[in-house]
Amino acid sequence: MKGGKDARKGLFISPIENGTVIDHITAGEALNVLRIIGITGTTQESISVATNVESGKIGLKDIVKIKNRELRKEEVDRIALIAPRASINIIRNYKVWVKKGVEIPAEVIGIVRCPNPGCISNTNEPIQSCFLVQAKGLRCVYCDWLISKDITSHIM
Amino acid sequence: MRHIISIRDLNRGEIDEVLDQAQDLQTHPYNPQALKGKILGLLFFEPSTRTRMSFASAVARLGGQSISMDSVEASSMVKGETLADTIRVVSGYVDAIVLRHPKEGAARLASEFAQVPVINAGDGAGQHPSQTLLDLFTIRQSMPLEGISVGLLGDLRYGRTAHSLAHALSLYGATLHTISPKGLELPSGLASELRDGGTEVIEHDDVLEVVKDLDVLYVTRIQRERFPDSSSYFKVASSYRVTPELLAGVRTHLVVLHPLPRVNEIDPRVDRLPYARYFEQSANGIPVRMAMLLRVME
Repeated sequence: MKGGKDARKGLFISPIENGTVIDHITAGEALNVLRIIGITGTTQESISVATNVESGKIGLKDIVKIKNRELRKEEVDRIALIAPRASINIIRNYKVWVKKGVEIPAEVIGIVRCPNPGCISNTNEPIQSCFLVQAKGLRCVYCDWLISKDITSHIM
Repeated sequence: MRHIISIRDLNRGEIDEVLDQAQDLQTHPYNPQALKGKILGLLFFEPSTRTRMSFASAVARLGGQSISMDSVEASSMVKGETLADTIRVVSGYVDAIVLRHPKEGAARLASEFAQVPVINAGDGAGQHPSQTLLDLFTIRQSMPLEGISVGLLGDLRYGRTAHSLAHALSLYGATLHTISPKGLELPSGLASELRDGGTEVIEHDDVLEVVKDLDVLYVTRIQRERFPDSSSYFKVASSYRVTPELLAGVRTHLVVLHPLPRVNEIDPRVDRLPYARYFEQSANGIPVRMAMLLRVME
């Protein structure tokens, strides 16, 4: 079994038996993280959210715990766009089974909608949106549109 | 397989190669059978006269043939077929595709589905690389492209030719002077990208401020539909009109260009002045498009 730390000790919100803990989320972004991974008021998961928790590492942070759901790689990539320092802990039987950081990918495929209404990616063509991750933001590979701020509001 | 989708995909060396080849084609005998047996598909989902005709002419001069859709209304698009499917089907009929489409990024999408090379002939407000190449070609007939001072006049917000040209000129160390009506300025993202890349971009309120310092004046159409009413359009359009009086005292080698069609931006009296090069510019579409076709089809 990977990881050995007893997750029941010293945590701000109650531990989960199985599921995912997303730690070190940029303070204030927890609800956006939930939106990115598709958890809304209508989904069934049990969720705990802590915001503006003291963290030695990044000052204040948010934490999200999702019961009985293990995040997949592409979901983790989505989170990286708004919480680049987040860490993902997959929990099994109260133990950290896998711990991984998030990595901002070189390309963001099928996650962000191009804000340009004239872009071919906003039609019924059989393609997914595709953005190159650049220093100044996300650039649409189809129409060159640059999303330089408020990436969250463009996430599908 | 080579596609020509955006001027951004070409580096300076590749642009020079196309321009050199176009110059050879224009000034030396060439093989009129170079594309014999090849068929070019002209897929125009938007109206175009000169771009479509000049590609058809270019392939014919090289011994190839072209086929085209009759109209969008007659195409499968009205039945709801995706562009991706149209491209896959037409790929089986032709050796290369020239595409004009109202959606930005359409040519990039086409290149992902095509089994043959795709040349972008304009995608919405996006890219139109053959226009940029022939603009550069026309300037180069009069002066080297390095370090020139270029005025971009007119609708710089929606004018795709101005965007592509600005980007291409930045590869040659040009200084760009922009003169546009309020609300039709060069998009700030593009301006800052050019500046970050080391290009000097200077905004002016009035073309008179700068016209005497220019090597090239690139005029674009101000579209009436960008204005709420006719009177505000005419008021703005008249203040951006190029006249013989405006050009009094300019540099003797000044080149005035316009991607055409023009409406009122250039006084017809300017046509007779030595600066007027827009009809040569249009004719240069043939050798430049021949060079592009040879690049992707030969």
